[in-house]
Amino acid sequence: MSGVNPTYADNTSQGISSDPVREIELICDHCGLECRDDSHTLGEKVFCCAGCKKVYELLHANEMCAYYNLTDQPGVTPFADDSGLKYGYLDDPEIQKQLLEFSDGDISKITFTIPSMHCAACIWLLEKLGSLNAAISHSRVNFLQKELTVTFNHNDLSLRQLVALTASLGYEPDIKLEDINRTKRSNDHKRLYLQIGIAGFVFGNIMLLSFPEYLARGGDIVDPGLRLIFTWISLVLSLPAVFYSGLDYLIGAWKGLANRVINLDVPIALGILSLFGRSVYEVSVGVGTGYFDSLSGLIFLLLIGKIFQAKTYDTLSFERDYSSYFPIAIIRKDDDGEKSVPVVSLKPGDRIVVRNQELIPADSILMEGAGGIDYSFVTGESQPVAKECGDVVYAGGRQIGKVIELEVIEEVSRSYLTRLWNQDSSSGDEESGTADLANSISKYFVAAVLLIAVVAFGWHAFSDVALAFQVFTAVLIVACPCALALATPFTLGTAMRIMGKHNFYLKNAGVIERMSRVNHIIFDKTGTLTNSHNVDISWQGDALADRDIVLIKSLIRHSTHPLSMKLFDHLPPIRSLQVDNFNEVAGKGVEGYIDGMFIRVGSSEYICPGNAADHIDETSGIYIEIDGAVRGLFSVQATLRPGVTSLLQKLQNKFKLSLISGDTSQDKALLTPSFSDNSTMLFNQQPIDKMNYVNLQRENDDRVLMVGDGLNDAGALKASDVGIALTGDVTSFSPACDALMDADSLSMLDRFLNFSKTSMKIIIAGFILSFLYNIAGLSFAVAGKLSPLVCAILMPLSSITVVAFSSLMTRTQARLKGFKP
Amino acid sequence: MMIIILLIGASLVVSSGFLLAFIWAVKTGQYDDRYTPSVRMLLDDTENTIDSK
Repeated sequence: MSGVNPTYADNTSQGISSDPVREIELICDHCGLECRDDSHTLGEKVFCCAGCKKVYELLHANEMCAYYNLTDQPGVTPFADDSGLKYGYLDDPEIQKQLLEFSDGDISKITFTIPSMHCAACIWLLEKLGSLNAAISHSRVNFLQKELTVTFNHNDLSLRQLVALTASLGYEPDIKLEDINRTKRSNDHKRLYLQIGIAGFVFGNIMLLSFPEYLARGGDIVDPGLRLIFTWISLVLSLPAVFYSGLDYLIGAWKGLANRVINLDVPIALGILSLFGRSVYEVSVGVGTGYFDSLSGLIFLLLIGKIFQAKTYDTLSFERDYSSYFPIAIIRKDDDGEKSVPVVSLKPGDRIVVRNQELIPADSILMEGAGGIDYSFVTGESQPVAKECGDVVYAGGRQIGKVIELEVIEEVSRSYLTRLWNQDSSSGDEESGTADLANSISKYFVAAVLLIAVVAFGWHAFSDVALAFQVFTAVLIVACPCALALATPFTLGTAMRIMGKHNFYLKNAGVIERMSRVNHIIFDKTGTLTNSHNVDISWQGDALADRDIVLIKSLIRHSTHPLSMKLFDHLPPIRSLQVDNFNEVAGKGVEGYIDGMFIRVGSSEYICPGNAADHIDETSGIYIEIDGAVRGLFSVQATLRPGVTSLLQKLQNKFKLSLISGDTSQDKALLTPSFSDNSTMLFNQQPIDKMNYVNLQRENDDRVLMVGDGLNDAGALKASDVGIALTGDVTSFSPACDALMDADSLSMLDRFLNFSKTSMKIIIAGFILSFLYNIAGLSFAVAGKLSPLVCAILMPLSSITVVAFSSLMTRTQARLKGFKP
Repeated sequence: MMIIILLIGASLVVSSGFLLAFIWAVKTGQYDDRYTPSVRMLLDDTENTIDSK
């Protein structure tokens, strides 16, 4: 602020006398954000903050400005943090041990998640960390996972210094409590890739070996000796396909039967085993060549379907719990002074220090300082709550204002927020997706197939027992629900990708099926229907002079209160003036002298404590007082997100709607027109109330879809059949949910629901198609005419038809419904 | 007919070689990050690129 250069002073005076509204847009040369003013410059370059300037200087000094040539303004605004305490906990050997992937005393290796990584220049800079510090021998980025892996010399560079270095560049690693408890990430995909690779290898080779058999068709073209060798090679090759690639189906079926459930794996395993058993029998007795080609082809196709459905969004997390929300460490104050300690080690009675914008990790009592606690993540209420000494402060709030000191009264794992979260987990067991359509059909499918097989066996058994056994196994083989098992993954996988293109990310494909059955939609208000970042600010009072706006804006520039920041962005751009004797009362208001004039900006009780009652009915308002005279207020009204009104109108006809809000009913008027009379609107709901409401609706046999955004909705989101978390930035924090939706896509919710229903219809059509093939195959089988050739043609043909049908139909339907396929 | 058995054997050996190469590639993480390398190869290695702005 003090680095005032001559031109700046000139501009300031001109700016006020002529036009406070700035004509030129100042864009930060580092990060591309609009600069509030031009107080940070270096030569011709302008920066939005001291942090950006520092990064530029650092890169310049190390001759690494190529960074800026890769993309326009690639930088990330670094967080200003001048106290060395923030990462102090990283010096703790116990924490280090848990974070480091590898360490032998000298060389250590660690992987960070860096959410702010966003472009090619980020990759370039982060992989060049070694040029900034010689102790870093190797750094590697995985851009899709937003991970940075660094190998460094532990003796020359401590973990804390390493983190501080990346943070100073604007790439602050996201080190959370969950990292400490993290078990090493298992990579399921690797196993699936291997299974597919091996099944494909086996399939291809056996096909080649079977070719002579297809061409011979019972003739004597093939030398009997060769035929024997070929079939034995096929038998050996099929072993890894069945017992490695197909193992999951056998295990799945076994587990299902052990739990007395007939899942889709049961008929598949039945098919695989009867194919394999019959083939081994034929080869070993010497009566035939077996069905090894169909067997390996079947396993290969099934696995392809599996990987198609297993599409996951690597960078998104649907399973976040409190540990991913809380920081890893907090500053504890004891007799020796202040020390950064892991939050898990906090005990009741500990004194902790929480600074501006920091989270309160445990339920505690405010001991010193004025608290302005922003519970927006917990309750959805956007206004900070003022707390005084002696008040109890619950974990999860964010301190806005000065430093406060607290005494911990509960351990982190037992705080109000954590308990709320743990309660949720009890209702989550049904989410395993066992109730999906294909699984429920497979029960009848297995029964029908077994019935046909037994009847066919009995029919032939009177005449020819050998033929009867053949027919029995042939029925089991041909009825293997390969096509049935492929219809679901290819339809849902395609639908999931299409939704993902419209910024609606599902946790897994099973969510679509649950979405298609929803009949009751519950909305949270704050942050979901209303947009807390986009408020409607209007001035009430005598018109303000341009000069007044400059004064107000110069003052609130220094405030960290969310309302001040919104007002700051609302007011036209200016060149700021120097503020003297600045004072902020946390959660209430700010005051200070500018050019000898005394300006106060704040809440009604702060500005005019005497007649606060006059304005009590006002919504959030920012009062302005200049030199002792109250000039009026900026009233702040929440606005609905674009498209919400028409969305609610459309949903009205098909679904029951409810609104449950943690807020007061002040915005009721805004929403009432959009909700019909038979919709429920509840206000002042605690997080636990929301969850109970959802549970109540589900007990009434409603299938509930909940749309929410904050931690306060976490319980309700988990309790509902489908919980959709709405977020402005899908990679940032969001509560545990079934699907993440970009806030801008909310207006398309009705179309997503509609599309999910269509997808289910496509699956059913796919089932019918596969049944037709099954009937054709069964007619061969029952007649005892299922030759390996018929089998080898029929099974892949049915699978490919179903796959093509499912994918194409889903795409066509998506296009018809106006989605980009 | 011996030649056919020989050829089959040879083809199995060659294809097993490719299978082993695939298994090696999966195990060593060649498929873990399918995006970053495509960007990385476009970035210059020169340390001292002069800022053109």
